[in-house]
Amino acid sequence: MHLDISNLRKEFATTEGFITVLEDLNLQVEQGEFVCVVGASGSGKSTLLRLIAGLEQPTAGTIAVDRQPVIRPGADRGMVFQDYTLYPWMTVQKNVEFGLKLQGVDQKERREQASYHLDMVGLSDFSQSLPSQLSGGMKQRVAIARALTSRPKILLMDEPFGALDVQTKESMQQFLLELWARAGISILMITHDVQEAVFLSQRIYVMTARPGTVQAEIKVNLGSNRDSDTRQHRLFKQYQTQIMQLLTAPSVRKYETVSKA
Amino acid sequence: MESNSFVPLVGQVVSRDRNRSKPNVFWRMGEPIPAKLDWSLRVLSLVVPLALWWLVSAINVVPSKFLPSPIEVAQAFLGLIEQGVFFDDLRASMMRLGIAVFLAVIVSIPVGIAMGAFASVRSLLEPIVGIVRYMPATAFIPLLIIYLGLDESPKVALIFIGVIFFNTLMIMDAVKFVPKHLLEAAYTMGGSRWQTLTQVIAPYVVPNIIDAFRINMAAAWNLLIVAEVIAASEGLGKRIVIAQKFFRTDEIFAYILVLGVLGFLIDLFLIWIQRVSCKWAVE
Repeated sequence: MHLDISNLRKEFATTEGFITVLEDLNLQVEQGEFVCVVGASGSGKSTLLRLIAGLEQPTAGTIAVDRQPVIRPGADRGMVFQDYTLYPWMTVQKNVEFGLKLQGVDQKERREQASYHLDMVGLSDFSQSLPSQLSGGMKQRVAIARALTSRPKILLMDEPFGALDVQTKESMQQFLLELWARAGISILMITHDVQEAVFLSQRIYVMTARPGTVQAEIKVNLGSNRDSDTRQHRLFKQYQTQIMQLLTAPSVRKYETVSKA
Repeated sequence: MESNSFVPLVGQVVSRDRNRSKPNVFWRMGEPIPAKLDWSLRVLSLVVPLALWWLVSAINVVPSKFLPSPIEVAQAFLGLIEQGVFFDDLRASMMRLGIAVFLAVIVSIPVGIAMGAFASVRSLLEPIVGIVRYMPATAFIPLLIIYLGLDESPKVALIFIGVIFFNTLMIMDAVKFVPKHLLEAAYTMGGSRWQTLTQVIAPYVVPNIIDAFRINMAAAWNLLIVAEVIAASEGLGKRIVIAQKFFRTDEIFAYILVLGVLGFLIDLFLIWIQRVSCKWAVE
């Protein structure tokens, strides 16, 4: 097991007492797998990713990457945030190098690695640009290159395309799939976009809200060569409908109990 | 419009539109004005007061001993330059200001960043800094003279006291507004806290730090003159006091104007530093 999460529980203290955000959550990602977690807003999926990244501490349960328990943030778990997190004073090249710089890698090696990954995301021509000169999609590509350059074992993505328009989003999804195939890295991505999850992943975890836990695990058998035609596939739409039903089901049930009472 | 009451409604609308097609450039809110108008107004802003001054002094309503003309002031200033007095004064004043600001840089930047980054340091220092900053620096003058004498050190100390507390709190505020995600991104790339502090937080707040110094330079400038008026052998402020003793209002005018221009130049210099060092933050 590459990433192994068992019986995870997370509570937050508020003025009105404790709120349980995640409960009894079990989740695994195999080496080289692309897994998505979908859930409505408020299902605690972002908290889940922050826990894996080590940016928050679980109340109970364990998180391990290659059997090593997660205690604090580390370069073994790369992260791509929804907000643009490039450093505005650094050039694109410097941004991509930054992880290796923090790890004390010498400049020559840093430059080579950064150039390699910038080439991979198709932005070599922009290496000397500042982030403010890039479009939203380009910024996220740089953020992905930056995360990959730090040589993580798994890439964590928190709705990385959430702020992009539909066309850019779809081309970014295609780009990410190709990148994943080439880089051979494991990816765990959080999204509320069901279509995105079906298009990208081999496996999908569907979460319930408050407290968040896994209500279903779905294997997506759409092959490894996916393109815009895949979105028109009958099976694709079936997966989509199935997940949408799972996501809306609880609120419908709640409504029924209210109307009976 | 009574005679035009047969004009159809459409016609009225068109004529109203025609009125609108001449937009009032001067009073457009939140909009830039044409460059030509911009520069004309800027020139007016300086020329009009100068002309008024010249006019009032020319018609002699006020004796020239009290209100010297612009020409007399310029002559007095040139005289001070020729005697070599002005550059000695300038050097003495800039030295004091420079040392005080340098000390403020060394102390307020690390302390301000630490207060902004660590809630613990903030809790420890914010109450005391918050109170001390409202103790007017000038109220410390007698103590400074008792402790430090009449040398350079009490003057530098006065400027330092007047600048350091506000500056520290302004830097602290800037650090508090560093987006948390930028710090977290550094952590997820294996960055330590120290690395994040020095390589993410510090560069992010450089433009804000320069802004803080621009604002607090006004206080420093003020206190420099106060310190020199009280006790100094030379300096821009000292010369004004000497000029008063000899009833040289022309020299007083000259130095007050010079103080204004120098302060303005210092501000331009800081803006220039900001432009050069933080291209990313300008526009």
